[in-house]
Amino acid sequence: MDLQIALLLGQDGITNGAIYALLALALVLVFAVTRVIFIPQGEFVAFGALTLASLQAGKLPGTLWLLLGLGAAVALVEVASALRDRHTRRIPAILLLNCVLPLILAGLLFVLSPANLPLALQVVLSLVLVVPLGPMIYRLAFQPIAEASVLVLLIVAVAVHVTLVGLGLLFSFTFGETLLQGQTILVVASSAVLIVALYFFFERTIHGKALRATAMNRTGARLMGISASMAGKQCFTLAALIGAFSGVLIAPITTIYYDSGFLIGLKGFVGAIVGGLASYPVAAAGAMLVGLLESYASFWASAFKEVIVFTLIIPVLLWRSLKTHHVDEEE
Amino acid sequence: MTRNRILLAVLLAALALGPLVLAEFHITLLNYIGLYAMVALGLVLLTGVGGLTSFGQAAFVGLGAYASAYLTTAHGASPWLGLLAGLALTAAVALLLGAITLRMGGHYLPLGTIAWGISLYFLFGNVEFLGGHTGISGIPALTLFGQELKSGRDFYYLIWFVLLVLVLATRNLLDSREGRAIRALKGGALMAEAMGVNTPRSKIVAFTVAALYACLSGWLYAHLQRFVNPTPFSLNMGIEYLFMAVVGGVAHVWGALLGAGIITVLKQWLQDWLPGLFGQSGNFEMIVFGLLMIFILHRAREGLWPLLLRLFPGSVAHRPPPAAAEPLPRRTLPPAGTPLLEVREASKRFGGLLANDRMNLTVKAGEILALIGPNGAGKSTMFNGISGVDPVTSGSVSFLGERVETLPAREIARRGMSRTFQHVRLLPAMSVLENVAIGAHLRGARNFVHAALHSERGEEARLLHEAAGQLVRCDLAEHLYDPAGSLPLGKQRIVEIARALAADPCLLLLDEPAAGLRYLEKQALADLLRRLRDEGMGILLVEHDMDFVMGLADRVVVMEFGKKLAEGLPDEIQRNPLVLEAYLGGVE
Repeated sequence: MDLQIALLLGQDGITNGAIYALLALALVLVFAVTRVIFIPQGEFVAFGALTLASLQAGKLPGTLWLLLGLGAAVALVEVASALRDRHTRRIPAILLLNCVLPLILAGLLFVLSPANLPLALQVVLSLVLVVPLGPMIYRLAFQPIAEASVLVLLIVAVAVHVTLVGLGLLFSFTFGETLLQGQTILVVASSAVLIVALYFFFERTIHGKALRATAMNRTGARLMGISASMAGKQCFTLAALIGAFSGVLIAPITTIYYDSGFLIGLKGFVGAIVGGLASYPVAAAGAMLVGLLESYASFWASAFKEVIVFTLIIPVLLWRSLKTHHVDEEE
Repeated sequence: MTRNRILLAVLLAALALGPLVLAEFHITLLNYIGLYAMVALGLVLLTGVGGLTSFGQAAFVGLGAYASAYLTTAHGASPWLGLLAGLALTAAVALLLGAITLRMGGHYLPLGTIAWGISLYFLFGNVEFLGGHTGISGIPALTLFGQELKSGRDFYYLIWFVLLVLVLATRNLLDSREGRAIRALKGGALMAEAMGVNTPRSKIVAFTVAALYACLSGWLYAHLQRFVNPTPFSLNMGIEYLFMAVVGGVAHVWGALLGAGIITVLKQWLQDWLPGLFGQSGNFEMIVFGLLMIFILHRAREGLWPLLLRLFPGSVAHRPPPAAAEPLPRRTLPPAGTPLLEVREASKRFGGLLANDRMNLTVKAGEILALIGPNGAGKSTMFNGISGVDPVTSGSVSFLGERVETLPAREIARRGMSRTFQHVRLLPAMSVLENVAIGAHLRGARNFVHAALHSERGEEARLLHEAAGQLVRCDLAEHLYDPAGSLPLGKQRIVEIARALAADPCLLLLDEPAAGLRYLEKQALADLLRRLRDEGMGILLVEHDMDFVMGLADRVVVMEFGKKLAEGLPDEIQRNPLVLEAYLGGVE
């Protein structure tokens, strides 16, 4: 390996690492606020990338059907609960948000022929299509069992993951070349901006502080007038945004299939675990490490790339376990 | 014979006679159900009972399959040697993974197993001597009693015999001293640790046993198929195994069989049906499984087995108390007046809060020392520091002349200290008797192998007899088999005392034992504590009921704001102006 290759690999590693860092942040965020270990995080990456690719190829993205379907399901659940609580006045807003808006979006897609739109608008359209899936999934899968143990929430997260992967295959997403230039700089810069933005959001805004309060003590936060389900929806929205945006960024670098998101998301996890699922900066640093390791591993032992990356978790866990020594009481 | 036993006998007969009438296709399906149920059974032990989980069971199946496949094809070894090698390898990996991940929060194990499942899958697929993604073929058939098991029909009896043996062993294990320790992991780890259970060890035992079940299933699979490749050992299959356990009923041994059956049949059916519906091929059954899982975890978290049980209610016969057995050996109590516990300059800091500030106290054998003080004075913190549940930050705690402040709670319990908790820590679904038997954990020694074989019945009878004896002593004889959670709170506190007594301690720490008791119950409790004191036990008592304390305690220590405010005989304390001010507020 000469210096040039080393530098190229380093650049590659940093680009991927930045993406993993973003995902790691989303995972830490979701876990901290809702105690959900959000295995489907990677699906948003794949959905974001594939939606953009479909738009550019002039095809109707499969995520649209997902959005319409999930929207209808959420509307059904919400209307049922509104009828039960005799809050019939809420029904129009529910229908507007979950059914009418997605339908308008569908109409727009039919009318606009997105393949001819400027790239920036295509990116925005992709995000608008994918991001609402986050809070909808929270509403349907996690909100009804928000008080369950971490273990149950994790199993549900895995169930959501396999469902989404299956649906991804069903809507047969295709992959096409996207046309973002100056990828490395863009990826690293966007990650940095998002990380700083998240820092300010959590440290300086009342919404961010409310989310942190919910993370620390759900009951206490509720007594202070913070709605736990609102906090859950917000952080799932944020996680979906981060995921879909990562997908848009990563699409030109890596080939994305309907099930690629899982491995990408898991690499973010390895980073998040370095940070103990609690610390944002350490998680980001861990994710960068994963990216670099992956990149150099693919040079020396490409067949064993995944083995090496996922085996990294063992020394990391060992290190973390040596740092903790208490008997934890499971909920 | 109860109706459920008849049902079981009918089921077994159907299993035995099945191959005589069933078609090859159904035999194959039943073989797979049996193999999957073995893995799911391990998950029942791990997830449903132990409260831990693993998505990497498929990788353990793979270890069992590949170990034997490689040794028999490349080196011509006997399949039985392959089995031993697989089991040894699996145990080694499970012990390593368990040692690393199990000390931390519950979610690190599943995450670790996801990563490990993926690693191993890629390893199988990329290592040349394991055949890469094409796999290994030409694996020899098993020979049993000189008979070569060549067809699925031949294998059928072996698979179901192994499965039923595992079911029996698992049931035996759960109904034992080691089993109670594993059952306590889910929601009672802290209590179990204070009763002397080595909870990390129990977790590793559960994890390793589950891995070994999976390995056994893999070995059978390899010699049934006579061919292995990485696909059936992927993470997706690991997820499916967990789905089987959850759908069937993750806390029930038979739930594993039910879940394996449902998922296997459903998968077969969906794979025939869905691709036609959607007009393309793919693993669409996973959509249905995913949705089914979400639905079950929302609406019937215990799975389908308990729902099935409701259709066949067992007879609630009155059970007699455990049979008399030879009493367990007892500790020789130190002579009255010997100092048991000496706390010197002990402080406990939580961040900026100093909850205990240079506390000193001594408890002697044959005396009752009451620790009183307003709410928030740091009494329970002091208890946790003494018993090792939450060690002190500085200062010393000596028990029977030995420094113990750095020992884990279970080691302190082993030395003869036992305690109750201010917030009752019982396992609500477990019977009162078994809850109390956890207290006697350290008085038994037979390990989980004996438990699985039920060769420890003598010891078990003595433990249960001891537990029942303590319950009778505490006036709870009529509640032996009630679920502990069904008792009123005051009685639950007494169950905690019985549990502490079952450990045969020389020092008893009681945190608000009289709270929630009625007048007569309080009197009975006071009589019991006096008897224990007269037998030579030392008792340290936190209590708010002043009549109870002052009539019972030999000496009283008063705490306020983490510090010792006063110490003396009950009469002196009642007249102490500092104490009066702390309790009633000063006169302005």
